[in-house]
Amino acid sequence: MNPQPGNPKSFKIIYSSCFMLLFLLLMLCGLSGCGTVQPWERGTLSDYTMRPDRDPGTESFREHVYFTREAAAGGRGVGGGGCGCN
Amino acid sequence: MTTSLKTELLAIVMILSVSCAHAGWKTGTTLPDLTKFKLEGTIPDLTGKVILVDFWASWCGPCKASFPSLEKLKKEYGERGLVVLAINQDKTDKAMRSFLNDHPATFSIVRDTQNQLIAAADVSSMPASFLVDRKGKIRHLHKGFHGEKTLAEYQQEIGALLQEKSGDKQ
Repeated sequence: MNPQPGNPKSFKIIYSSCFMLLFLLLMLCGLSGCGTVQPWERGTLSDYTMRPDRDPGTESFREHVYFTREAAAGGRGVGGGGCGCN
Repeated sequence: MTTSLKTELLAIVMILSVSCAHAGWKTGTTLPDLTKFKLEGTIPDLTGKVILVDFWASWCGPCKASFPSLEKLKKEYGERGLVVLAINQDKTDKAMRSFLNDHPATFSIVRDTQNQLIAAADVSSMPASFLVDRKGKIRHLHKGFHGEKTLAEYQQEIGALLQEKSGDKQ
């Protein structure tokens, strides 16, 4: 049965369609923010300040919290898997 | 499948293929005229030379590691017709100068101020280098720098390219 104009049901369908369309458009707008960082644009990313382990004190604190919470250590680099066998 | 659905699918495939296409430098393509790009510094005479075009930046660790090898190649093959042309990608001249003060180089270095040349080359990693023969054709590509292994590859390829005459057929 086709919804008739003036019918509250048809108004609801049109309203939800418009809402979906608007939602999709907003989603598409969000996609425009996605981009690839080119190899020659990685200067900022490779900066020392971007390293998570740049401060030995903070790193040791984090490691301690991690150990306390997980009862495991390591596994953040290539040296160990947290099994304590390396 | 309806015609409109087919058309929509075709449009999606076309859009995806265009976005995935790489128009960068490949083996067999001709090295573009470097003077058309906004390069800061003096481009040496490249006519009839074997050229090693190397894209580098001061923040790139492997680029730093490759410098002694580039220097060695220049000393080893420079007189026979090799030109090492290092294209810097730093945002500022100061960053490049600071690096070069610590790592002096005698080969040619120019700065790609607006990253136009590297964008045209469409490299996928840093450093990236291209070996160009005497006729201006790109013959070999190198991604990254892997120490002695890469140096040995350079030596073999440069040696072979230097033996070719400008008029040799490929």
